[in-house]
Amino acid sequence: MEKPRGHRGLIGRLLLFTAGSFAFGFALVPLYSVLCKVWDTGNRWYGTQTAQASVVERPDTDRVVTIEFVGNVAHQADWEFAPTANTMKVHPGKLYEATFHAKNLTGHPVVAQAVPSIAPQTIARYFKKTQCFCFEPQKFASDESREMLIRFIVDRDLPGDIDRITLSYSFFDLPQQAASNR
Amino acid sequence: MAHADTHDHHDHDHKPAGIGRWLFATNHKDIGTMYLLWALFMFFLGGAMALGIRLELFKPGMQWFDPGFYNSLVTNHALIMIFGAVMPAWVGLANWMIPLQVGAPDMALPRMNNYSFWILPFAFTLLLSSFFTAGGAPAGGWTLYPPLSLQAGDSFPLTIFAIHMMGISSIMGAINVIVTIMNMRAPGMTLLKLPLFCWTWLITAYLLIAVMPVLAGAVTMLLTDHYFGTSFFNPAGGGDPVMFQHIFWFFGHPEVYILILPAFGIVSEIIPAFSRKPLFGYDAMVYATASIAFLSFIVWAHHMFTVGMPLAGQTFFMMSTMLIAIPTGVKVFNWTATMWKGSLSFEPPMLFALAFLFLFTIGGFSGLMLAIAPADFQYQDTYFVVAHFHYVLVPGAVFGIMAGVYYWLPKWTGHMYNMTLAKWHFWVSTISVNVLFFPQHFLGLAGMPRRIPDYSTQFTDWNMVSSVGGFVFGFSQLLFVVLIWQCARGGAKATDKVWDGMMTGLEWTVASPAPYHSFTEAPDLTGVADSHH
Ligand code: HEM
Ligand SMILES: [Cu+2]
Repeated sequence: MEKPRGHRGLIGRLLLFTAGSFAFGFALVPLYSVLCKVWDTGNRWYGTQTAQASVVERPDTDRVVTIEFVGNVAHQADWEFAPTANTMKVHPGKLYEATFHAKNLTGHPVVAQAVPSIAPQTIARYFKKTQCFCFEPQKFASDESREMLIRFIVDRDLPGDIDRITLSYSFFDLPQQAASNR
Repeated sequence: MAHADTHDHHDHDHKPAGIGRWLFATNHKDIGTMYLLWALFMFFLGGAMALGIRLELFKPGMQWFDPGFYNSLVTNHALIMIFGAVMPAWVGLANWMIPLQVGAPDMALPRMNNYSFWILPFAFTLLLSSFFTAGGAPAGGWTLYPPLSLQAGDSFPLTIFAIHMMGISSIMGAINVIVTIMNMRAPGMTLLKLPLFCWTWLITAYLLIAVMPVLAGAVTMLLTDHYFGTSFFNPAGGGDPVMFQHIFWFFGHPEVYILILPAFGIVSEIIPAFSRKPLFGYDAMVYATASIAFLSFIVWAHHMFTVGMPLAGQTFFMMSTMLIAIPTGVKVFNWTATMWKGSLSFEPPMLFALAFLFLFTIGGFSGLMLAIAPADFQYQDTYFVVAHFHYVLVPGAVFGIMAGVYYWLPKWTGHMYNMTLAKWHFWVSTISVNVLFFPQHFLGLAGMPRRIPDYSTQFTDWNMVSSVGGFVFGFSQLLFVVLIWQCARGGAKATDKVWDGMMTGLEWTVASPAPYHSFTEAPDLTGVADSHH
């Protein structure tokens, strides 16, 4: 019968393997972000979460695209949150403005964060924002309400079969730590 | 065989007495027995929950449970069957049989063996105690997707810690198996002489240490998202709930092979034994198992076709999933070819192995249908998926376990069991399991969603049929318990060889019941031709 000591080397290697697998689980987190960016999947907010440095307006007046706005409140938090207008007709290549209305009903000051999502996902990169309330956390006093602005342009290169784009925002209460991490 | 005279002196058995024998057990046979009894107990507990589900689904409308409790039945049924019944049953069989099959006196790490078993009762006490917490037991599905799983009440941390403990237990079990097989083989027992049960378990053990830690990582991230303000899966803080699904299924798909590979091993031993022919393509079986294990790491997103991914991703995961059908097909072919022109007999282990062969293959076919990305948009989250995974898990993994128990039970107890009762158990189970799960294919194709306690009336008939099958299947398992009980108490004396078949493993060279300490002097197989080639 072999003594347990004879097993040490193999056990050590297997434990190392196990620890490596645990680390790999966490390594999937940055890996995932990188792959989403590379493949431009649009279900992450990368394309939609940063301001476009500069855009040139070159309206394509022959083409009309309907933009639908949707507002959701995450986790049944106490908010009024909705687009001021539900739809808007736009020409690609022209800069537009739209607003969302929000009111804090929680009874105390809150920091909130809007997270955008665009459907169809595959055209997210043609929807460009020069300004958006979703770019940074929004501070609200108790009972405060305000209109929040987005300024956007639909790229002229938008594929021809697309005549409708849905822009939806989920509105989150930002947990304290998450607020300070951002 | 040259090593037939092994050294087992019954009077030297020195079994520790009393409860201490079990609490401080280090003997692989004692620990194996505890694992198997534990698995049987969990099988009935999880089964009772399943009958609760079938009761509620017997007819449309809400009869017995409120929806939250129904969903916690579904969630806990799955967690208990996967982590409490099937995985411990495999570890129990590994404990009993691997030392006997490789010619070792015990498992390599007996003390750790004891810990890995005794963690389980604590883990499941934690999980089940959540039924009594505010908000009830976890109800978001065994897949634990956030944000739903984060919205549970006090059950949330209990579930997470229970999963951590189950993971630690199975990782310890896996390390023990690897060290035993790699370091404790008798002289001359080369790797390619190993019985296939050892081979498939060796590969399963590597899968376990590769993916159980990934699950541990995923649930740890859930925990820190909930309590420490991290945002791995929380969009408000820059995270993404879809990422959880990727990490979970990176664990989850290899996990389904953890549940099935040891069954491949058992069936690969039983079919040759009762066909009285060597296994067709032993080496191919080993390589097919290894390729299935490898491929299982690159198919996970077939669980997520509808979640959204680039076309290239859909195509890749669709193709890689279908690729698994090739090594699986090699196995099914080899099992069938083994029987070709053999002289077959139909003892209970062979019956279960044959049912496995047919019914597991049906599950493989529905898997292929699900692998077709555009078609999966129709099937996803319907009863078709439920039918698929129950075919591979119940007449697949569970029948594999039962085949193994029927094969080795006389070796464990020293008694033959009641063959008539075993055949009744087989036929009632096999017929009822099809009555239970086959109609779920139709329900799924017709659009009945999974994890919902109520349904629209056009689904009524097949649900009634399925529920009847469920109750017959559930209660027929009592026959299994009676049979095991009787066989432990007494019965015709089993010979060392037990079966009149062509068995080649070392376990058939020791006495029945296998002596408490076997192979204290290793058998020498150097120069002994193996029977596989
Ligand atoms: C040829 C082999 C197989 C193929 C092609 C296959 C394919 C698939 C696919 C595509 C799905 C996802 C369906 C959906 O959610 O829409 C699935 C689900 C599933 N499969 Fe398989 N599968 C195979 C074998 C197995 C085996 C051997 C097992 C276990 C022993 C298994 C267990 C499961 C489970 C548990 C699920 C459902 C998980 C859940 O959503 O809760 N499959 N399978
Ligand atoms: Cu899978």
